[in-house]
Amino acid sequence: MTTTRKAQGGAVQRANYTTVFGSLADHQKGGVELIADDARHYAFSNIFDVASKAIAWDRVAVAKNWEYVLETIRAEGTSPWYAAAHDEFAICMDDGDAEVLVELVKPDSPVAPEGSEGAVLLHTEPVGRPMGRIHLKRGHQALLPKGAAYRFVKQGAAGVLLIQTIGGALTQYRWADICQTV
Amino acid sequence: MTIQIDNVHQSEEANADGYREFALGEFTFKRDEFFVYIGWPTGEHMMSADSFLRALQRDVAWDFFYGIVNFDGVFGTLNHYGTVDIFAGRFNESYRKAELDYSENMETPRIRATFEAILDDWTNESFDPFASPHETGSAFGLKNGSNTAAVTRQRVAADRMVGVPGDEQVRSDDSGYPVNRMFADVDQSEPVIEVEPGFEDEVAAFSLFAYLSRSNVTWNPSVVSVCKDSLACPTTEEYILPIIHGNDRVEWFVQLSDQITWEVEDRDTGAVRARVTMRAGDVSAMPADIRHQGYSPKRSMLLVWENNSEKIPEAIASGKAPTYPIEF
Repeated sequence: MTTTRKAQGGAVQRANYTTVFGSLADHQKGGVELIADDARHYAFSNIFDVASKAIAWDRVAVAKNWEYVLETIRAEGTSPWYAAAHDEFAICMDDGDAEVLVELVKPDSPVAPEGSEGAVLLHTEPVGRPMGRIHLKRGHQALLPKGAAYRFVKQGAAGVLLIQTIGGALTQYRWADICQTV
Repeated sequence: MTIQIDNVHQSEEANADGYREFALGEFTFKRDEFFVYIGWPTGEHMMSADSFLRALQRDVAWDFFYGIVNFDGVFGTLNHYGTVDIFAGRFNESYRKAELDYSENMETPRIRATFEAILDDWTNESFDPFASPHETGSAFGLKNGSNTAAVTRQRVAADRMVGVPGDEQVRSDDSGYPVNRMFADVDQSEPVIEVEPGFEDEVAAFSLFAYLSRSNVTWNPSVVSVCKDSLACPTTEEYILPIIHGNDRVEWFVQLSDQITWEVEDRDTGAVRARVTMRAGDVSAMPADIRHQGYSPKRSMLLVWENNSEKIPEAIASGKAPTYPIEF
């Protein structure tokens, strides 16, 4: 135990605190306790719960605010190549006790049409200059820069990514399956 | 006697407890050892000084934020993004029925200057309104110094992403951001980045969790990544959100660690609608017609996700857009 300074009230605190993060293997879902409302108005879900039931690299929306979305991805194996005409961001929420690798390539010619929204799937390996690689562990956030081609590599146990992007052709909406409804 | 300095109307002399008194339109503001007294033409209201200063700190730091900042069930502000309504009883059904509610609209710089002056004058050196109760001293008592450095902290707002060259940078001991006592177990390693020459500005990453573990404020969302109008605004939370936030648009919460419980009420009447318990990994929308207050038993990490588009409040207020995020 520790005690705050007398000037701060002299309260007794724990000597150590445990920060609780979630993972595919270990997560506890909360919920909406309704008093006078509809649960669907909150679109309540859990990204680990969603990823646990997803096919690898499916981009499942867990939040949507007009055109913008947050997508959950089950990271397992090697993803296809993607690109977008705007910046996207990836947060590694679960690294499965190993890294999630991000590979970035600058295509010789644009692969995501200017003005398009959301990630675009590349059906072949991008032709261009390697930009670099990012090794993500839990809690790390990467820029997926506008105009770059990128893919993820996750060896070993599956991990979970949260993507900040715009809804596009690859975004899957499964609200009735993933959200609390009553 | 009231004097005007830099568009702020304040008493020339401090009162018997050492605090200046302020006027903003028809509203008046006074404090003593324990309480703040807010007056308007149809009424008067009392708040505990610590609660008032914690709420005022967020209102100032957020520049009146999105929608409504209720200091409590009576007093608050409503942002029109260029002007601000300052109100009493406007979102309280009893005050409205009794016709005791009152509000005034004023230019944002005017209310900002007055609120900043009140915050600076009424915050003693022993008190940090941004800190959790375990990390600060008392707000009470006679006027005793000031804490200008604490109440004028700059809100972090990345243009693209924290860690990108030329943008907001990661936090460290050297930059004055030690790891918070409740996040001492959070991994501080930064991502390994291999950059090919010429792409130094494009290949970027940082540890969001380490960054948040070093936050020295509570309940203060800061922008870490931007996709057009999509703003990722994570924050660290401990104890109680000092305001009751009334939405003018849908916002989303992603609980990154630990747990927060949200009490959700009707935005206009205060009637209870739901209680939302969020644990690590949980995602929940906050509809555009509610107000909410969070309770965090341990310091936790919360991703607040906002759509900054200026078209949304009018679209929702006019009924052209729904108050909830998804039809399903």
